[in-house]
Amino acid sequence: MKSLAELAELRQKSLDKMNMRNTDTRERIVVGMATCGIAAGARPVMNTFVEEVNKRHLGDVSVGMTGCMGMCALEPMVDVYDADGTKTTYIHMTPEKAKRVVAEHIVNGQPVEEFTITAKDQNNA
Amino acid sequence: MTDLSLHLMDIMQNSAVVGSTYIEVGIKAEKKKNLLTLYVKDDGWGMDEETVRKVSDPFYTTRTTRKAGLGIPLLRMSAEMAGGGISIESEPGRGTTVTAVYEIDNIDRKPLGDVGETMAISIMGNPELEYHLLLSNDDEEYVFRTEDVRKQIGDLPINDTVIIGYLKEMISEQVNRIFGGILNEIIS
Repeated sequence: MKSLAELAELRQKSLDKMNMRNTDTRERIVVGMATCGIAAGARPVMNTFVEEVNKRHLGDVSVGMTGCMGMCALEPMVDVYDADGTKTTYIHMTPEKAKRVVAEHIVNGQPVEEFTITAKDQNNA
Repeated sequence: MTDLSLHLMDIMQNSAVVGSTYIEVGIKAEKKKNLLTLYVKDDGWGMDEETVRKVSDPFYTTRTTRKAGLGIPLLRMSAEMAGGGISIESEPGRGTTVTAVYEIDNIDRKPLGDVGETMAISIMGNPELEYHLLLSNDDEEYVFRTEDVRKQIGDLPINDTVIIGYLKEMISEQVNRIFGGILNEIIS
């Protein structure tokens, strides 16, 4: 059974890792977490981002949530803000897609164009 | 919403945006009474009586960006489908408690779902709030408090991904322990 006592050990591990990396925040991942997003599957998407950031030791990448982004039919939606403020909006996200966004966008700096809202607009045009 | 933990997530998000300092979530399964009770309690700015009456209407919302608000109506529907119902107690300036009751063995009761993930992701998204989780059955109770977590981790932020991952697993274990053998979707 896991217990609160173990958290003190985890704290030390986490702090050690933090000392090894640059403390400047890089990308900011923001998941839409209103009724529409939650019903469409936003919670496991956010959980996947948390797990991937943890697994890849990307402690300087932040993962957060926001309310309804106004396009409920496109949920789960995720905004990724790069360090320079550029925003990429991903739509119809799944845990599998979230893994690719971390690997290709966050780690390699290449947004996954096919999952973005712009790709949808171009297909409909 | 496919399970009750998603309803909880949704109602907890309401509490997170109304100036609360803490959010208490309770899940109680009473096998003898055949009742599963969920509640979300906050100390946010609350609502007056008229607003409380309106929130079950899907075409009521305080948002200015659109004309619908579905969180409470969906919760009401899921509870009423399963032989239960919801109640909302609120007082301006004091906070709100939303309670939903289900018949445990009702065929239309949604499964409990991943309560560990709901708690962990809510804490991740609102690290400045204190969360309490109370799980109980006819015989025992488990209490989780973010204040106790903060005591253990000191200056490390609670939304550190290592901590969040651990809390998710820890809470899931307790959910299985308390509700295994009572809610038949939980394999104990």
